Amino acid sequence: MGSPRTLFEKIWDRHVVLRREGQCLLYVDRNIVHDGAFHAFANLARRGLKVRRPGQTFGTPDHYVPTVSRSPADAPTAEIRRMVETFADNVRAHGIPAFQLADDRQGIVHIVGPEQGITLPGFVLVCGDSHTSTHGALGALAFGIGQSENEHVLATQTLWQAPQKTMRISVEGKRQDHVSAKDLILAIIARIGAGGAVGHVVEYAGSAIRAMSVEERLTVCNMSIEAGARAGMVAPDDTTFSYLAGRPFAPKGAEWERALAYWKTLPSDPGARFEAEASLDASRLEPMVTWGTSPEHAAPISAAVPSGPPRAHEYMGLAPGTKLEGLKIDRVFIGSCTNSRIEDLRAAAAVVRGKKARVPAMVVPGSGLVKKQAEAEGLDAVFSAAGFEWRHAGCSMCVGMNGDLGRPQERIASTSNRNFEGRQGRGARTHLMSPAMAAAAAIAGCLTDIRK
Amino acid sequence: MKFTSLTAVAMPYEPVNVDTDQIIPARFLKFPRKDGYGKFLFHDLAEDPDFILNRERFREAKILVGNRNFGCGSSREGAAYALFDRGFRSVIAPSFGDIFYNNCLKNGIVPVRLSEGECTRLRKLLNDHPGTQLTVDLEKQLVAEPGGETHPFTVDGFHREMLLKGVDELGLTLTLMPQIEAFEKGYAAEAPWAVRGSEQML
Repeated sequence: MGSPRTLFEKIWDRHVVLRREGQCLLYVDRNIVHDGAFHAFANLARRGLKVRRPGQTFGTPDHYVPTVSRSPADAPTAEIRRMVETFADNVRAHGIPAFQLADDRQGIVHIVGPEQGITLPGFVLVCGDSHTSTHGALGALAFGIGQSENEHVLATQTLWQAPQKTMRISVEGKRQDHVSAKDLILAIIARIGAGGAVGHVVEYAGSAIRAMSVEERLTVCNMSIEAGARAGMVAPDDTTFSYLAGRPFAPKGAEWERALAYWKTLPSDPGARFEAEASLDASRLEPMVTWGTSPEHAAPISAAVPSGPPRAHEYMGLAPGTKLEGLKIDRVFIGSCTNSRIEDLRAAAAVVRGKKARVPAMVVPGSGLVKKQAEAEGLDAVFSAAGFEWRHAGCSMCVGMNGDLGRPQERIASTSNRNFEGRQGRGARTHLMSPAMAAAAAIAGCLTDIRK
Repeated sequence: MKFTSLTAVAMPYEPVNVDTDQIIPARFLKFPRKDGYGKFLFHDLAEDPDFILNRERFREAKILVGNRNFGCGSSREGAAYALFDRGFRSVIAPSFGDIFYNNCLKNGIVPVRLSEGECTRLRKLLNDHPGTQLTVDLEKQLVAEPGGETHPFTVDGFHREMLLKGVDELGLTLTLMPQIEAFEKGYAAEAPWAVRGSEQML
């Protein structure tokens, strides 16, 4: 044994095919493709190349899919419809296993990967989407790539990458009631900033992370990119292994045992060095909401809007000093790769049960299977009775590429991950928060403290 | 795409944390590249006639000097396409979104990291004297001001070589296929579940 290594270093070292002038040619275990990957397929076709390892590639459409039905014909424009159809043509032409729109297992790439056991500990997993950091919750090195990089992976199953630095974020203590994984990651981003982890891979550690379910860890890792980290990771443990056991794409039988033995060697060694460290006390956290146009513009619900960039105040129509609690909202979106898993929908439904939404609200499950599970538990009926729209799986109003968009100046309580200008529609004003907080906002018609 | 040295008008851009949703709104990403992405650059901001990109002195800008965490957020390569198609060949900033940084390298745009102080100085120079030309010299890894002041930077040796010689990265990797196959064989013996295709799972 050499010097102590981090989880990241163990996975990285295992995947280096060769080194050249500060770059490593990294072997990729899984590449997940979605309906935004058409540039990569077009470039591949232009070169006359085929996908080298279709079986290690996986596809599901999510960004452009309609959520009102499972028919591409319900896309709002011909161009959006063409995106969904082009995706189907591309995966078929290259023999890539995929869940198409009509398949119950279709959904957001970052929901489907873990749910199916496509994402496994120790993997290098890439996808042409920045929220690929999500998958690190299972102890994988997972990061978003551009479409040129995607083309490179499709053609060679490898990628040129510079080694990243490591940062450990230790979270100790027990969260108070109604403080969710979303609140925790928003607090981290507010603390270290939207660029606080640029150039680093973050490992989340500490008792508060260990105590989390896999679903909660997925939410935390998902927003690593909002702090600038390309990847976020959690060391695989018994929580991870019980989550994965029996998942359709996870290894079975003797191979499961063999994989398990390997996965248990992955956690960072005692004494392993991280280039940067940060820590947070989970017991002091409150429910968080964002007030501005960067995820770092997050504050506890009990706070007032602090003083930030003038442009952010102007865009959001919020002067410094305005109380966040009581701020009127126009719309609620519950969904996205951050918060559309069954636990998220349960948390939102618990708040909504027996009440009525005062503003238009929609729930978009992360996958067809999450939707089915929620329906089996009667959550769809809870939402519908409260006046929420119950939609089909997709990225939907997190980014609006399928046409699910907010209107100018509309104030949206959203469980998604980005409050950038125009993200949910031109001029739309996004406030990020947890599913329970978004549900409570729908019932109250304003930002409200779930603890009250 | 080849890049050795470039002397061109540079445009200052002040905001921190410029996300790729600002550089190109998501609704334009569905269009084919061949139609050109230049018209989408900072689209929603550029509807304001006073937006910096619309100013006469910056029409011919090929270098952008930005601020901290430039290009954060989404992995959309459309952000690099839009900059390139509009004529930009280099972006200078104190730090970059990691995915955007890589996307620049793959699209013939040289991302240059200079210190916060240097970037502030350059943006002030460009604001005070609009139309000023800067030189980005990848061979010497220097940014030069017209007054002769220079600022050293580094781009990793691999990508620097690629850009200087105009080598196609994927083309290069394809010549390394024997090494990749050998690696794969050893890896398959240790972690067969990793390289097994998932087709049969469906």
